[in-house]
Parts: sequence; C-alpha cells; structure tokens
Amino acid sequence: MTTTHEHPANPAAGDPDRPVGFGRIQRKEDPRFIRGKGRYIDDIVLPGMLHGAILRSPVAHARLVSIDISAAAAHPKVKAVVTGKDLEGLKLAWAPTLSADVQAVLATDKVRFQGQEVAFVVAEDRYAARDALELIEVEYDILPPVVNARRALDADAPVIRDDIEGRTDNRIFDWEMGDAGATDAVFARADVTVAQEMVYPRVHPAPMETCGAVADFDPIDGGLTLYETTQAPHAHRTLYAMVAGIPEHKIRVVSPDIGGGFGNKVGIYPGYILAVVGSILTGKPVKWVEDRSENLMSTSFARDYLMKGEIAATRDGKILAVRTSVLADHGAFNATAQPTKNPAGFFSIFTGSYDLEAAYCSVTGVYTNKAPGGVAYACSFRVTEAVYLVERMVDVLAAKLQMDPAELRLKNFIRPEQFPYKNKTGWEYDSGNYAPAMRLSMQLAGYEDLRREQAEKRERGELMGIGVSFFTETVGAGPRKHFDIVGLGMADGAELRVHPTGKAVVRLSVQSQGQGHETTFAQIVAEELGIPPEDIDVVHGDTDQTPFGLGTYGSRSTPVSGGAVALVARKVREKAKFIAAAMLETRAEDLEWEKGRWFVKGDPGAGRTIAEIALAAHGTLALPEGIDGNLDAEVTYDPPNLTFPFGAYICVVDVDPGTGRVKVRRFIAVDDCGTRINPMIIEGQVHGGLTDGVGMALMEIIEFDDDGNCLGGSFMDYLIPTAMEVPDWETGFTVTPSPHHPIGAKGIGESATVGSPPAIVNAVVDALAPFGVTHMDMPCTPARVWEAMQGRATPPV
Amino acid sequence: MQVSMKVNGEEVTREIEPRVLLVHFIREELGLTGTHWGCDTTNCGTCVVLLDGQPVKSCTVLAASAHGHEVRTVEGLASNGSLDPVQQGFMAEHGLQCGFCTPGMMLTARALLDKNPHPDELQIRQAISGQICRCTGYATIVRSVQWAAEHPAAAGDPPGTGTDEEDVRA
Ligand code: FES
Ligand code: FES
Repeated sequence: MTTTHEHPANPAAGDPDRPVGFGRIQRKEDPRFIRGKGRYIDDIVLPGMLHGAILRSPVAHARLVSIDISAAAAHPKVKAVVTGKDLEGLKLAWAPTLSADVQAVLATDKVRFQGQEVAFVVAEDRYAARDALELIEVEYDILPPVVNARRALDADAPVIRDDIEGRTDNRIFDWEMGDAGATDAVFARADVTVAQEMVYPRVHPAPMETCGAVADFDPIDGGLTLYETTQAPHAHRTLYAMVAGIPEHKIRVVSPDIGGGFGNKVGIYPGYILAVVGSILTGKPVKWVEDRSENLMSTSFARDYLMKGEIAATRDGKILAVRTSVLADHGAFNATAQPTKNPAGFFSIFTGSYDLEAAYCSVTGVYTNKAPGGVAYACSFRVTEAVYLVERMVDVLAAKLQMDPAELRLKNFIRPEQFPYKNKTGWEYDSGNYAPAMRLSMQLAGYEDLRREQAEKRERGELMGIGVSFFTETVGAGPRKHFDIVGLGMADGAELRVHPTGKAVVRLSVQSQGQGHETTFAQIVAEELGIPPEDIDVVHGDTDQTPFGLGTYGSRSTPVSGGAVALVARKVREKAKFIAAAMLETRAEDLEWEKGRWFVKGDPGAGRTIAEIALAAHGTLALPEGIDGNLDAEVTYDPPNLTFPFGAYICVVDVDPGTGRVKVRRFIAVDDCGTRINPMIIEGQVHGGLTDGVGMALMEIIEFDDDGNCLGGSFMDYLIPTAMEVPDWETGFTVTPSPHHPIGAKGIGESATVGSPPAIVNAVVDALAPFGVTHMDMPCTPARVWEAMQGRATPPV
Repeated sequence: MQVSMKVNGEEVTREIEPRVLLVHFIREELGLTGTHWGCDTTNCGTCVVLLDGQPVKSCTVLAASAHGHEVRTVEGLASNGSLDPVQQGFMAEHGLQCGFCTPGMMLTARALLDKNPHPDELQIRQAISGQICRCTGYATIVRSVQWAAEHPAAAGDPPGTGTDEEDVRA
C-alpha cells in the first residue's frame, strides 16, 4: 500500500551532534544548577517553618544520669525540647536500622559514641535553636570506651550494647564464604605463599551538602510530607510507615536536588525522625540540617576493615588461592546498609579478576564506641575493601616473585572464553575481557617507558613509583531471590507515558545525587523509541509521583533502573506496533522497527512515527482488541544477575625523599562498563571516583583517640583533595556488554572509587621499594610515608 | 542593626542581628539560595560570592561587614538573560555533577578571568584550590574555565555542543 499524506520527518534520524539515544549530550539538569536554581534541602522554606538542632554527646561512652532542659525550654524563641524520655512515650526512642539492629534516636540509657543524639530543640530560627542547645545541662557517668576493634572481643571489654537483652559481648556476626578446607589444602601444597595484614581505615563520604530534612505534618488529615536528603525515597517511606505507624499512603517522601550522596544519604538518621517528631509536636513544618561536624562525626562512615590477606601461588606466578580474614568495625549500632543475606556486603568478590582454584574468607563484625554506619562512600557494598585486599596482595606476591605486577596480572586473568565465570565464592561474572583493558592501560601509560624512567631515577636516588590495579566490580543488586534490604526486594520500577503529541515522561524509583539521571534515562528512552531526549521529562525523587523501588546506591541505577526504563520503553514500542498496524491497515507482524517508527516490511515509505502513533492512540482510531487508548506502560525490573564492570588502572607517583610527600603525577584509567550511554557523564563519574581514591589513599581518615574522641570531625582535620592534589585524569575504555542486561550496560558510579586506591598505594609502595618497604597502610600522608622510609611503617589503627 | 549593600546590582537594606553571617543573609533574608553552605571551618568554598569583585567565603564574613559594599552571587552571573561564558563552559565541559559547589566555582572562575583572561591550567587550579568539589575530580572544571576563556563573547550564543574528542577507544 502507499501512504496518502506527508509524514513529519523521523526525529530519530537526527544529526550526529545531537544523538537521539546514546552519545555525548549536555545534561538536561544543568540549566538550573548553573543559574543557582537547584533546589537542595536547605533551600526549602515552608510557611511558618521552625528550625531544629540536635544536642550531641561530647563523650564516647557514658551512662546518662540526668538531662535538665528547663532553661532551654524557657528560651523565648524555643517551641519544643525533646529528650529520649519523651520519645520513649511515643515509642520512638529506638528506630530499626537497615541491618536488623536498632539505633537510638535520642539516647535514653547510655551514649555510645561521641556525637550521639541526646536532645532536640525546635526554635523560631536556626541561631536561636543553636543558642538553646547551650542551655541544656546533661550529667554523664563516664564509662570506659571500646575504641580499637581489636579489643572489642576481649573478655574484659565493656559491653556496649547492654540495651539488647542477653548480650554479653560486642560480637555482631561471624560470616564466611568459600571453602576453608579446599583453600587450606591448596595453601599446603603451594610453592609460594605470602601474607599481609592491612587496614582499610575509616573514612567518610562527606558530600558537599550535609544531610537534612524538612518535615511537614498535617494534623488534620494525618499526612506527612517529608523532604529529605535521601538516595532511597521509597525505602524510607516504607520504613517510616513501619516505624512511626503513619499509614504509608499518608506519607510522601520528597528527595529534592541532592548535593552529593556517595552512600552517605542511604540511611535513616535520627535527625530525620526528630524533624518529624518536631513537626508533630509543634504543628508546624520543621527543618533540620546538620552542620559539617555533625555530618562527619555521626552519619554513615565507610570501610573500617582490618584485614589479613594471603595468596598461594606457583613459583612461576600462577595464583592458586586467596584467603582472608576480616575484623569489621561497625560502630555502636549495626546500621550498615547491606542486603540482608550479606552482612559483609559483597566482600566475597575478593577473588578479584583471577581464575583461582580455591578461596575462603571469614568476617567478624564488632561493636565499638564509634559512629554507626558502614557502607557508604561509593563502595558497591564492600567491593572497595575486597578489591583493595586482592590488588594489594597481588603486588605483595609480585614483589616476592620479583615479577612485574602488570605481567603477573595478565598471567592470571579469567580468560574471555570462561565467561560467564563462576568464582569460588559463588558469584557468576556476567562478561569480561580483561587482557585488552590491561594492555590498553599500559599502552596509554607508556608502561615500558615509565619503567625505564623509574630505573634511571632510582639510580639518582629519586623516588618514582608505578602502581597497577585491575578490578572487577559486582553491582546492580539485585535479583530478588537473593537480595533484599529489610525484606524489600532490590527491584526498581519505571513508568513511561507518551503524551498525545509524542513528548514523553518517564518516572523512576531511583534518585540522582549528581549522576545525571535526568539525562541518562531520557537517553535510554530516546534510544529505544526515537523520541529526542529533550522531549522526554525524567521524574524522580518524589514517592507520590514515582513507582516503588529501592533507590540509588551500589552503582545500581543503570543496572537496575536502566533495565527497567529500557523494558518499559520496549513495552510502549510493542504497543505502538499494534496501533501502527491499525493505522496502516496491516498486521502487526508485517511491521518492522527502525529507531523512531514502525514501517511495513519491504515498503519503508509506509510507516508511522511514535508521535503519530501517540496521537492516534489518544484519538479516534478504532484500536485493536486488547489495546487501550494511550501509549503508556509500567514495569518492575527484577534483574536476573548482577553486572560486573571492570577496569585497569595505572598510577604514577613521585615521592619527595625529604618530606615523604606523595605527588600523583599521572593516573591512567581504562574502564569497561559495558554499553556506554553518555560518554561525558561516564567520564565524569570516573574522574570523581579517582579523586575519591586519591583522598582515601593519601589524605582521608577518621581517627579516634583512646577516649573515643573523633579526630576527623571537621574539614580542618578530615582532608579532601582539592584541585591541587589531583592530576589531569587520562581515561580510556573498552566495551564488553553485559549479556543479560536489556541494553548491555553495567554501571559506572563506583568503579573508580573501588579501583583507584590500590593503584595509588601500589605506586607508593613501589616508590619506596629501595627502602625495603613491601606494604604501607592508607592514608599515605607525608608523615606516614616518611616513617615508612625509616622502616617504621605502622597501621593507622 | 540595619545593613545596606548592593547585591547583583540592586540596593538592599535589612534589619538584622549583628551576628548574622553573610551566607545566611544572602540565603535567608534575600532568598538567593544559589549560594550554598557546606562546612563550619571555612574550608569548602560552596559559599563563595564576589565582594567588590573578589571571591570571598560568605560563611566567614558578617553581613554587617558587607555594609556599603557590592556583592555578586550566582544569580547575578547572567546578564540581560544571557548566560556568562563561565556558565556555558560548565555545561559544555561537564564541570558539574551535583551542582552544589558549582556557584562558588563559577564565581571564582569569573573573578579569575576578569583579572587574567588566559589562565593556564595551574593558575585555574590555584584559583579554585580553596574550594572543594566532591563530584567532578576537577579536570572538567578546569576545562570549563578554559572553555570560557576561549569563548569570551559567548554570552548569548547557544551553549557549545561538546565537540571535544571522546575518550581513547580500544
Ligand atoms: S561554607 Fe564552607 S567555606 Fe563557607
Ligand atoms: S559538583 Fe558536586 S560538589 Fe562539585
């Protein structure tokens, strides 16, 4: 048949500089940010809004003797003062954590870490609220604290969690993965074994925007609108419904623009709950925004793993087995956000990128008198610790065998034909092609030349180091049969509506903290339907407007929500096919898809664009049986497996022999995240993660003194890289799509944070080889490097 | 006490407590929330505004000390509806992710370019070295400022389409 009227040009045919689908396009969210029109938590102002502030414990471990709030309550601008006793009356003194523990919202019996929440003041303005904190008198009966995790299980260690009935020690869990017997057997017969103790110190995500909330409780209809800095608005709403007894349909959680998350904004913090309590008590909206010290001292820290690694290998460098034991410091409450069945997250990916005969790990989690938390900071659920362990150990082995560390890795990689690869702790790696990524990284670095330069410099007494790491990540949790958080399956939903004029709106359950979701997800719909990204609105961060799902962390947005969005678009495309068939008076099976339109097989001129189909769907066309009059769809995506991005990193450092100062001269990062949606955004994610890596490897640590005082409670003490500490990043990539993901994408948000610290530490250790140094712990600060040069390398804890 | 100052070209006068910080004055009294706040110790620079053309950390300036002076915030970067080249550069070169540090970074960049229209990479890095970005890793911020330096008359033009080369591909 022939068409009888002119059709508009297919918008998807477009020009290469404005790709309709995947490719480099500018971010759709940027116009508001560059005008200062982002809307972050502290920008929200509601009529009559009051301000809350939290009084925190100055000591790490003490019994609460008394709290006198009378002077604070008498302050003319104060509207409410809340203590743990008041919350007990409301049954809100304790809240469940994401790890089946409870956490004190306000202390009732004891304080268990410095910075713990003790009282909450609501006042007319933020200055008055702070003034009133000064007026509260608290008497503490100081108890000895447990600061060092190594002491937590001593017989005479004070029991931190005496609130839990029957508790007689500080052990949270013992967990193991792999085959201990088989691993021991391999170690017994191996030519070479190496062992190394190492610490992944406690660090903090420290997004530039701190955490906060604005609670607006409506006493008439019992509805609660809660604006909060959350990476997981739906999970929060469900938990609030369970905890506070407010029916879920009466709760609306809105996550506005978020000034960085990195995992810090996954958990439910006492401050959020207190804002709600404040609003219920005063009948007014209440804002609470923490200051930087509160953020660093009380919200979710990361890492704090004390590890021992061992590798067994043949004399010629075939790695046979890896064994590790870990002491995990979880702080005063077990509030780590891990999938229920994975108390140590995905640490069991410590087998790395290598084809092993056996592997085994055991992890013991303990309570200490430190802030709770323990997943945050772009770690993909403890993959950061796992990758650090194995990549440091491979270098220890290389030093022992006097082999080049890049060659040793190349020799041991899982081979491309082995994928999907089942590792010795039960993961099924979806796809990988490791050697080309390693070789590309070496080529970009000019690896041979660097080694020559290093040899020359060593002759002259200069300290240059070259560090290699190769990581495999496991991201995109995950299949609901394996992964849940507090019983909620880790799936994500997407809803797509194509409006009558062919413009679209897609609604997501995940929430951006800077990753560019408004752009990336529009590009996925664009790729699938041929609607230009600028014609697709992405809605997220509001539980009233979006489908249920678990949110953005663990690099799961693209692997999970990206799958949901691709599938919902395909559902619309299928529906469009039937409508197009009706329009063209042909059978659906006679139609063929090209980006943006359905046309009759063998007659490309006879076709209908998505916009034409959308108008017809909402118009008067007689629709086929079973097709209703819209072009909408929804899905909930339960991923069949996780995805396994990987990368090869090379770091070049120069160490000042006089001061121990480490300068990262070059950093070459080759990443493979499968299908690339927007290369500009991917590159940005990599750059950010590499900078995190420099921070952790060289600068960042939250330390404590013997009394449990936090020594990293401000940006004076907790050092974050500025533009002066990082080089101009050099990036490259390979593309190995995920075979099971709808568009083959794997996730990139955390790869560089995971992969870069071992490359940097390996470089530092390499630079210090002339001093006989074979290991030093992070952070490689000038003082600690200088000590290592004197043969006095010490662990930070 | 009463303070008066010129903010983004407009004269403003308010009655305030003497202790009020300039950052809070700008955000809460004037409702200009593009200026952010991120630390207690003058380290982060998310609060940077231009005071008489100089970048200052507005969390460390009393509103009272800005009395009689000129303040420029991110809301005053665009003029007559045209974006400043710095704003365009940040979009073209992906100089922002979460956007929280961005207003401060852009104002520092503007002040730098006003003094030195052709800064080299080190000069750009030094200029922003008192400010933290937790998202971008700085390289794209440097490129954004370079973009602005190369397009001094870009105001009013549509933003660049990002034609620089893609990463090296295997
Ligand atoms: S708010 Fe951090 S420097 Fe001003
Ligand atoms: S863009 Fe997020 S802090 Fe700079």
